[in-house]
Amino acid sequence: MGRIEDAFAQLRRAGKKGFIPFITAGDPDLQTTEKLLIELAQAHSTVIELGVPFSDPMADGPVIQRSSERALNQNVSLQAVIDVAARARTKIQTPIILFSYFNPLLQFGLKRLATTAKEAGVDGILVTDLTPEEAVDFETELRRNELDMIFLTAPTSTDARLKLIAERASGFIYAVSRAGVTGEQASVSEEAEKLVSRVRQFSSLPVAVGFGVSTREQVVDVQRYADAVVVGSAIVSQIERTAAVAAVPGSVREFVRGLINE
Amino acid sequence: MSSPITQPDARGHWGPYGGRFVPETLVAPLDELTDAYQSAQGDESFHRELEYLLSTYAGRPTSLSFAERLTAHAGGAKIYLKREDLLHTGAHKINNTLGQALLARRMNKRRIIAETGAGQHGVATATVCALFGLDCIVYMGSEDMRRQSLNVFRMELLGAEVRAVDAGSRTLKDAINEALRDWVTNVKDTYYLLGSALGPHPYPVMVRDFQSVIGRETRRQILDREGRLPDALVACVGGGSNSIGMFHPFLADESVKMIGVEAGGRSHKLGEHAARFNTDGGGRPGVLQGTMSYVLQDDNGQVATTHSISAGLDYPSIGPEHAFLHDLNRVVYMDVGDRKAMDAFQLLAKLEGIIPALESAHAVSHGMEVACNMSTDQIVIVNLSGRGDKDVNTAREYLEENS
Repeated sequence: MGRIEDAFAQLRRAGKKGFIPFITAGDPDLQTTEKLLIELAQAHSTVIELGVPFSDPMADGPVIQRSSERALNQNVSLQAVIDVAARARTKIQTPIILFSYFNPLLQFGLKRLATTAKEAGVDGILVTDLTPEEAVDFETELRRNELDMIFLTAPTSTDARLKLIAERASGFIYAVSRAGVTGEQASVSEEAEKLVSRVRQFSSLPVAVGFGVSTREQVVDVQRYADAVVVGSAIVSQIERTAAVAAVPGSVREFVRGLINE
Repeated sequence: MSSPITQPDARGHWGPYGGRFVPETLVAPLDELTDAYQSAQGDESFHRELEYLLSTYAGRPTSLSFAERLTAHAGGAKIYLKREDLLHTGAHKINNTLGQALLARRMNKRRIIAETGAGQHGVATATVCALFGLDCIVYMGSEDMRRQSLNVFRMELLGAEVRAVDAGSRTLKDAINEALRDWVTNVKDTYYLLGSALGPHPYPVMVRDFQSVIGRETRRQILDREGRLPDALVACVGGGSNSIGMFHPFLADESVKMIGVEAGGRSHKLGEHAARFNTDGGGRPGVLQGTMSYVLQDDNGQVATTHSISAGLDYPSIGPEHAFLHDLNRVVYMDVGDRKAMDAFQLLAKLEGIIPALESAHAVSHGMEVACNMSTDQIVIVNLSGRGDKDVNTAREYLEENS
């Protein structure tokens, strides 16, 4: 059993819902990213999404765009992202997935990526701009290395597409709460709950809801109907607001505690 | 006539290029667009209305002018100019915006968004939105807004809202990112009117089809005039819409050579040019903004900044069909730098009384070089994709700094 499957199975046994934080690797720097991975594991994250910075994050709102820029200003490469995951893996058991746009992965080499990521202790990969239709070769490489391929579903996805995604996904399925880019919202759209129940008609995999979740109330509400909740921009904002780099891990720890209140 | 070798597959792939690399949210809207476009393609009334607008509003057919003094100056093949600069709004862009605006109307989308680099596509979009009474928002990099302030004012006069994009290099690429973000957010009521043969399927094939009127007309005109096909076609390539529009109807004519001219900028160093096929300068296959094509990038797959004196060529990727034609060797691609483009800009003004767009000046420059290596009974056609009124400030600044 893979670490992701295992993590969700444990949750289910305990009758609990999951929490999936997102951070961009290299924001504010790679040393801090390593510390953040450990903090987030200790905060009972179900899975951690580790963002690979990209120059043209077309699906992201301003908060994650700026975070990506901060990482790229230090020339954070995909190899460096994998290395930081590997260092963290010696200390934590929480599943880690890479969250990336396709081009940096493609340039690294899909075969090389799959083997390097596996060796580093990465558990799965989610590619924002890769749908099942274009993911065939990549999926083959990931499967060969027993890595999970996480796909997005969206409120605009037709039933035929949900079926296709369900057939191809492993680990868990990511439900995008609304049409839009990443970023905090005053409320989580009602479309999210509808989407989750539609996804469940086609797949028995756990479903995680993300995009726009930033407060404790929203976390509780999403956990009512989804298996896990993803929080990204709100955590990245907290990192951005914390002026002293040394204070970032503590500040994120407090923030996450406020969100999930374990 | 269309060439079977460059019809993409059902999902928009030309060999390894093209396709659809987008967030899941956009897949259903792109399917909807593909269906609507296919249905329009099969509808006689759609074609009739487009042809009517192209002739009574945009000013088609455009002239094919024999450039007598330019020909004498180059001292070789006869040079003809396809005069897309004479179209309403001053460039070929309106061929595509009329077609897509008609499509948006068929799809009942009242809110139109677009990106623009030089401002020509933005102006052409704002124009058709005024004509059809549609809401229009144009995303434009703040650096481009500075370079093309006149076009910003024109779009505003036409009733469009121009939104400045301050991210990244503040040019066309960043404007496309922002337009995609808008589209993904407002997908229900919004039509994204993409201006070049770029982006996810069906845009590259759809924009090519709307622009192919250039090549179809040119083919007819040169056969009427000279009784034979040209020996070479030359067009500038930013995203690649004017060039693919010129080239595509000739692809099956093996005797016709085709040359796409990219922006050589200041030098061949990564960051100083926009020559995507310059593989020593950082160009190689990759995925940017929804499509697989050649992309200027660093070793980590981060997209590079580009430079060209012409905003319309200043883009790190190129339409996927061009990537395919490049690998097939059916079209040859080369680049012309800022200085030579500026020389051609002045030369065409003095010799032919035509001030070309800086983009088109790249094609004029190389067109002369091609002609001068050919015999006097041969024929070269240069696509003059736009007029240069928008560029006079840039030209003046450049000439003052480099005199």
